[in-house]
Amino acid sequence: MSKIHVTSTVNGDPVEFLADPRESLLDCLRDHLELTGSKEGCGTGDCGACSVQMDGVLVCSCLVLGVEAQGKKIDTIEGMAVGTDLHPLQRKFIEHAALQCGFCTPGILVAAKALLDEQPDPTEEQVRYWLAGNLCRCTGYDKIIRAVMDAAAEMRGAN
Amino acid sequence: MAKDELKTGYRLIGTRPDRPDGLDKVTGRARYGADLSAPGMLHAAVVRSPHAHARIVKIDATKALALPGVKAVVTRADLPTGLTGEDWNLQENTLAGEVVLYDGHAVAAVAATTKFIAQEAAALVEVEYEILPHVTDVDLAMKLDAPVIRAGTADHSVPEGMSPNVVKYIEFGHGDMDAGFAAADLVREHTYKTEATHQGYIEPHACLGQLGGDGKGEMWVCTQGHWYIRKMCSAVLGLEAAQLRVTPSEIGGGFGGKTTIFMEPLALALSRKAGGKPVKLVMSRSEVLRATGPTASASMDVKLGLKKDGTMTAAKVMFRMQGGPYIGSSPVGEALSCALACYDVAAVQHEGYEVLANRPKAAAYRAPGSPMAAFAVESLLDEMCRELGLDPLDVRLKNAAREGTKASYGPTYNQIGLVESLEAAKAHPNYAVKLGPNQGRGVAAGFWFNHGGETSVSLAIGEDGTATVSVGTPDIGGSRASIALMTAETLGVGYDDVRVNVVETGALGVNEPTHGSRATFASGMAAVEAARQAIKTMCARAAAEWGIEPEAVEWRDGAAMPAGPNAGKFPPMTIAEIGATMGATGGPISGHHEVTAGGVGASFGAHVVDVEVDPETGRTTILRYLVVQDAGRAIHPAYVEGQYQGGAAQGIGWALNEEYVYGEDGRLQNPIFLDYRVPVASDLPMIDTVIVEVPNPGHPYGVRGVGETGITPPLPAVANAVAAATGARLRSLPLSPPKVLAAIKAGRHG
Repeated sequence: MSKIHVTSTVNGDPVEFLADPRESLLDCLRDHLELTGSKEGCGTGDCGACSVQMDGVLVCSCLVLGVEAQGKKIDTIEGMAVGTDLHPLQRKFIEHAALQCGFCTPGILVAAKALLDEQPDPTEEQVRYWLAGNLCRCTGYDKIIRAVMDAAAEMRGAN
Repeated sequence: MAKDELKTGYRLIGTRPDRPDGLDKVTGRARYGADLSAPGMLHAAVVRSPHAHARIVKIDATKALALPGVKAVVTRADLPTGLTGEDWNLQENTLAGEVVLYDGHAVAAVAATTKFIAQEAAALVEVEYEILPHVTDVDLAMKLDAPVIRAGTADHSVPEGMSPNVVKYIEFGHGDMDAGFAAADLVREHTYKTEATHQGYIEPHACLGQLGGDGKGEMWVCTQGHWYIRKMCSAVLGLEAAQLRVTPSEIGGGFGGKTTIFMEPLALALSRKAGGKPVKLVMSRSEVLRATGPTASASMDVKLGLKKDGTMTAAKVMFRMQGGPYIGSSPVGEALSCALACYDVAAVQHEGYEVLANRPKAAAYRAPGSPMAAFAVESLLDEMCRELGLDPLDVRLKNAAREGTKASYGPTYNQIGLVESLEAAKAHPNYAVKLGPNQGRGVAAGFWFNHGGETSVSLAIGEDGTATVSVGTPDIGGSRASIALMTAETLGVGYDDVRVNVVETGALGVNEPTHGSRATFASGMAAVEAARQAIKTMCARAAAEWGIEPEAVEWRDGAAMPAGPNAGKFPPMTIAEIGATMGATGGPISGHHEVTAGGVGASFGAHVVDVEVDPETGRTTILRYLVVQDAGRAIHPAYVEGQYQGGAAQGIGWALNEEYVYGEDGRLQNPIFLDYRVPVASDLPMIDTVIVEVPNPGHPYGVRGVGETGITPPLPAVANAVAAATGARLRSLPLSPPKVLAAIKAGRHG
């Protein structure tokens, strides 16, 4: 199947790649742009390990076609830290031991950032429902929820 | 860093420093199984059986091989013959021979230049099947008229006259059963069932393998044990182990399910056939659920005798477990040994059958066998406590095993922490919360043996006095941090002065996988011994420099110093000074330790859960959850809590939602995460933890493994809580809303 030339912005940088029209955005990020931070846990939009933002909207990149990224702004885990400065969520995940195997972590961080962009002062229940699309099998979620709440509090204090 | 209050006497142990792999994991840099690519790499796809049981009449790959871009197809004909025992089981499970034995069983594999071509080619491989009758339920598989999975598999232990699907019989116990039950005021007996569940690690199996015609190969793979990958791939393919170099990736969860091989030999076989090009093979989620290693399903009878005061007088269990189509995969032996391990009972009898069924080859899953056993025994004990009007924690305390108790499975316990765990559970504020309507509280105890095993560790002192530790146990839950803490504590240096690496098979002696809750225990113990060896060498270097006897030098606070006034007056020689000059004082300094680690400390825990059951829908909500468990010594308490919380969450999933659903056609009906529903964040509350510390005398820092026991009590604890909330006692898992609702409506025990 002939490939399609796609131009988009990933983590602020202009990129172009040739996508098979059957390829997911996740495959394009991982295989063509070598951004392997986004993970495939299911390929059916159930686990959230591939979460990215497309034009500011949280999506499962396994459910988006690569060609749909044409002209769009994509933000992945690789763009979350600014230079050497980690995002507060990233720092708090380390500090709270909110990861074990770490495979779900990139997707959860991207999803949590999208939540805090929208709702800087979420309740525990809001965090739990927002992250209900991101499976973690190691932690039982306890420390993840605490890390997100703590990051939100720190970010509110900084504003 | 804040040092936890309960720890004393240590500089570092018991603190909570950042994990060394933290930065990589929050930035997306950490490399997992599917994250590595190689120049000239091919992509593989697997052809799988759509039938539960069928004879393979013909495999025709002509059309697949004709597709441009296809480089190799392998079938069983490409693998060596003559294997026996578990090696044969592994080979047969890698690629079916004459008969496919379960839905998803691999029959062929294809390598091509792209993923899409590989998938197209897999679809073009024509397989002709002759469908055979199948059986997936353990009780049905034991019936004399059940379809026979593989005649002649049974070993000598099986009594005559049983179905050929019954392949092993186990029996053990002690005490006078008749007298035990005669002494009881209340004797009850019931049957319990648990469905198969999956470990549900979020990372699907993935590997990148390369194998040349010279028999030399390499593999990058997500695994809990790369020496097992080496041994098993070598056996299945007829390779020499030393010629296969296996490097573990970061691992995206395992829980026992990544301690064996599934598709790894296929990547190597395809590579060899494609002229040695590297081959990447990544499973889809449905392949993971259909064709890796879920747990056994179980059918269990339990009979208990209790006095009015709660004293257990006798206990008898009969377990039937299927672990797929091969002998040796069901954990029925472990289940029996765990069943009554928490209690000091004068008369115990255990019997079990291992049964074959048309399901995937079961693998280990966190405390294999123990959760099912606990569901049966702890449910019945709870029911009897209610009947006698006794507090369920008091009854468990009354019968609890302690130091000196002869365990139900044979040995005599040394120091263990069950009593302390039960007492801590009873004293916890959660146990005193007043419950409302439709709410109920459940408790249960749990056990796992823990494991030591083959372990080889090296430590090297750097030129600046820092230390590198090479271990062979992949880090799943934070073991690199824990091993660094123990090493730094021993050397007298800072946590950040030690780096722990998980190294490839060529770098160390054989290591068993990260299984049996052994990584922090066994690799940690070996790292401490390796550090002590390096300390001995460093003391000798200082002694030579000072011109005194090595015995006159001691190691304190990261430096060699004269052992006393008689040894002479020399300023301390720090590890950094010794490292800086070691080239001139005798050469590189390292330590090494290899051992089949003994000294294992048994693990016990107690859980308390409060639930609310919606009487309109039968849906159960977990209101609060408490895990109490003996860690021996919590090296890094945050990761100990993480194991407790993660185990509890998996056990809650097993209790409430998770199950393998097979259709009449023998096909798995729910092979995606939408339908195989693991707990999500909104299903759970915070999970409270109490770390009990009864040090294990068999470890230099008192460590017991902490990984597994936590999944065991949730199954019965949740069921007991649901029974308390609704009055309906369900004796089969999962407690899905329709089942609970039906039981409530029936108003009787279901």
